Amino acid sequence: MLKRIAMLLAALCICASAVATESYGMPKLDVGKGGQCVEEPQWMRKNHMKVLLHERDETVHKGIRDGKHSLKNCIECHASLRDNSVLGRADSFCEGCHRYQAVKIDCFECHSSKRQSSNHQPPLVQKGSK
Amino acid sequence: MSDTNVQRRQFLKTSVGAAAVAIAPGMLLFDMAHGKSEAVSSKVRWGMLIDTASCADGCNDCVTACNKENGLSGGLSPTDSQWIRKVELKDMRGGRTLALPMMCQHCEEPPCVDVCPTGASFKRADGIVLVDKHLCIGCRYCMMACPYKARSFVHEPLHDQKPDVPRGKGTVESCTMCVHRVDKGQQPACAEACPNKSILFGNLNDPESEISKKIRTVQSTQVRADLGLNTGVRYQGL
Repeated sequence: MLKRIAMLLAALCICASAVATESYGMPKLDVGKGGQCVEEPQWMRKNHMKVLLHERDETVHKGIRDGKHSLKNCIECHASLRDNSVLGRADSFCEGCHRYQAVKIDCFECHSSKRQSSNHQPPLVQKGSK
Repeated sequence: MSDTNVQRRQFLKTSVGAAAVAIAPGMLLFDMAHGKSEAVSSKVRWGMLIDTASCADGCNDCVTACNKENGLSGGLSPTDSQWIRKVELKDMRGGRTLALPMMCQHCEEPPCVDVCPTGASFKRADGIVLVDKHLCIGCRYCMMACPYKARSFVHEPLHDQKPDVPRGKGTVESCTMCVHRVDKGQQPACAEACPNKSILFGNLNDPESEISKKIRTVQSTQVRADLGLNTGVRYQGL
């Protein structure tokens, strides 16, 4: 009997927490190209900062650039397809969540927030056509 | 041996060959796209040999290429970053003039690393001297310690940095020997841009590399060799 009650309680808890995460007006993010992430999305929401911190030291000091978890790769997939950026709007991939959580992002004071492959596209204004 | 067996062997040989041909370019592309997964090692020491005789007076191509590659403004005000600059020298008695590019000399014993209070200024195992801007507090001790005046401080907020070259206000920066290119197996931008091929880039630790062979055969100088820093950048004809 006790076991049954415990199981019921556990099931209720799981349901309640699932409903809670859905309902607090979480921002609807523009995930850009999206697709299969390098890790589980829920895990990434919790741990992306730890992964980035660890791999930045590996890259800067040891030159390891295979980068499953590189910031550049995050941006490559998740920058908005409208402006190639993860910043700037309430639904931007990085800024949307960080605004909602009121956590300042320092990354983009130095790092580019733009998708790298967007640099290869021809500029909208041609040279000398003022 | 029966005929079937021979045929079977032949078939296996060709299919293994075909598989190798099919897979090899894919693996190469994978490596290129994902970069190296191994840490850099001290078996390599990157360096440059600059031939001042063929460095043309008035040519600024290396500086322009550096600015473009690293997203520098190219401005010359005291607060603009300069990672490489052209220096003109004149022998006042004889009148001989020389032009040469001057940048971080990537010392083996870098004074900027010695004075850094946070460990931000560091030398990579392959001899490239860098600033870890995550750790830099902008104290500028390294700028004072550098005998080559190679480092700059970022005074103003920056926008639209290059994805490969993060730069930001409040940190010190200098020539990175285009570390993002070197890690991909390319040359630094200045070496590639020089129209006279005056900048020779290569591995000083490999006796068979072009740069090592040239250093063995021609006379080359380290700037301020008296400081005993063993610079990675050497000048020929100085």
